Amino acid sequence: MSTLPHGATAPDLIDMRDVDKVFSNGTIALRGMSLSIKQGEFVSFLGPSGCGKSTALKMIAGLLSVSKGAITVNGHPAGQSRDGSDIGFVFQEATLMPWATVFDNVHLPLKLHGLGKAEARERVDEALAMVGLSNFATSYPRELSGGMRMRVSIARAMVTRPKLLLMDEPFAALDEMTRSKLNDEVLALWKSHGLTVIFVTHSVFESVYLSSRVVVMAARPGRVVHDIPLATDIPRTADYRMSTTYAETCKQVSTALEGTMTHVDLNH
Amino acid sequence: MSISTIDPETGLAVDLHAPDPRLLRERRERRLQLILPVAALGCAIGLWEFLVWYHEVPHYLIPAPSLIAKTLVTDGASLMQSALFTVKLTLLSLALAIIGGVSLGMVFALSRPIEMSLFPFAVILQVTPVVAIAPLILIYVSNTFAALLICAWIVAFFPILSNTAIGLRSADHNLRDMFRLYQATPWQRLRYLLIPSALPYFMAALKIAGGLALIGAVVAEFVAGTAGQNTGLASRILESSFRNEIPRMFAALFLVSVLGVIIFLATSWLSRAVLGHWHESEIKREG
Ligand SMILES: Nc1ncnc2c1ncn2[C@@H]1O[C@H](COP(=O)(O)OP(=O)(O)OP(=O)(O)O)[C@@H](O)[C@H]1O
Ligand SMILES: [Mg+2]
Repeated sequence: MSTLPHGATAPDLIDMRDVDKVFSNGTIALRGMSLSIKQGEFVSFLGPSGCGKSTALKMIAGLLSVSKGAITVNGHPAGQSRDGSDIGFVFQEATLMPWATVFDNVHLPLKLHGLGKAEARERVDEALAMVGLSNFATSYPRELSGGMRMRVSIARAMVTRPKLLLMDEPFAALDEMTRSKLNDEVLALWKSHGLTVIFVTHSVFESVYLSSRVVVMAARPGRVVHDIPLATDIPRTADYRMSTTYAETCKQVSTALEGTMTHVDLNH
Repeated sequence: MSISTIDPETGLAVDLHAPDPRLLRERRERRLQLILPVAALGCAIGLWEFLVWYHEVPHYLIPAPSLIAKTLVTDGASLMQSALFTVKLTLLSLALAIIGGVSLGMVFALSRPIEMSLFPFAVILQVTPVVAIAPLILIYVSNTFAALLICAWIVAFFPILSNTAIGLRSADHNLRDMFRLYQATPWQRLRYLLIPSALPYFMAALKIAGGLALIGAVVAEFVAGTAGQNTGLASRILESSFRNEIPRMFAALFLVSVLGVIIFLATSWLSRAVLGHWHESEIKREG
């Protein structure tokens, strides 16, 4: 439970309590990670490569087990929420079925929930239009570029209209224009649908532009070292990117991130 | 008069009605793919014919291709009947190998303990030469056709079993995670993820097993040494060797090879038809 500004308490959507992750080969990926995320937050994970961002994200989705501690999502232990369509996940790799067309790949989550092709067509088309791939519905993944594959993967995560969206560096392989367009798409969805988003990125600028909160992690062992709340009352427009608030926030987050890098060096 | 334009690269006039040179090259390459092997085979047969004629090799040592062809016609009825028997034996054993291999492969993929318990049996079955087990099988199984079927099945079964089991396990782990995230039922996971992932492995096994089933069918019949009406090409070969009818032996041998080639072409075609649109092994690479 955490306290809202007006004094009432709201249940956290995600609650990580003192979580460790030790892989079977002995790698300690996370140690003592605690984090609470409320309904409707847009949280970015920022941190050096290998600090456990993907691991934490997969654990929240219930795809990796917890070695120690506990993670609850919506009051249930992670991975045991009753309705899987509540979570959308964009993997760090595009992770498409090579034998299926773009349409069938995006249709998959709906198909698994028993929605036939005809009933799902509208929603799949809508998701493909959102990522600008309407003309590629009948293509196979191997016929697409890396960035296009990633966009298919984003469309697939969106097609179920999830309440919690977990994205692992979704825009890393995209050009600046597409990236900024998709940034705005995600923001619009977040605002209009009351989504909760966890967004892993290596871009300080992206995290500051998008999030309501930036979580900075450090490696060896992976843990949270900074938790920076951002102002959400400023509309995220092109003007925001030019504002001094934006520049100052970026600087603040960069400094926090640089701190984690020296941490790593000291550990060697 | 034809319309022409200037090619920016070569600076030469290009006939606009002329087909795309790249398409032409591709078509020529496809034609060569057919012509070259046929021509090479034709040359080899011609050389064979010539050498036999030139050195006056007696037909009971090496018959000329023309004599083999003649034998194929004169003994056509009995040879065709035998070929039909061999085809029946091969296809039936292959079908049973597919059914058995795929079902057991699925069980293996689902349960490690069962795999660990049963895999040794499969390996023993595989590594023991079929010629060595065939006499036993022929003693225990009174129906000769059933005995032959078992022998051919043993040979074709293993590649299908092992490849199916490996293939079903080879699905991308992130895709598996995705199916878990969307709470796919075990049946959905099998149908939409595991089976498609296993298909390339299964197809590779099918190509091997098709040839092995034929080998198994021929070897088993050799061991059985069956004679009479309802027997296969191997019996014709044995029979001809006893009677010193070498041309007939070559004719039967020729039919066995033709069967093998047909099986190979059919399984290759099937593999391309099933995997051609997505799997690396069957995709035509861009030059
Ligand atoms: N399956 C695994 N088995 C063993 N160790 C693993 C496994 N997956 C990840 N690790 C280890 O866990 C640590 C964290 O990995 P993770 O993928 O979460 O990093 P990350 O923060 O997402 O890095 P990047 O920014 O490069 O994607 C790494 O040190 C990695 O070596
Ligand atoms: Mg990662």
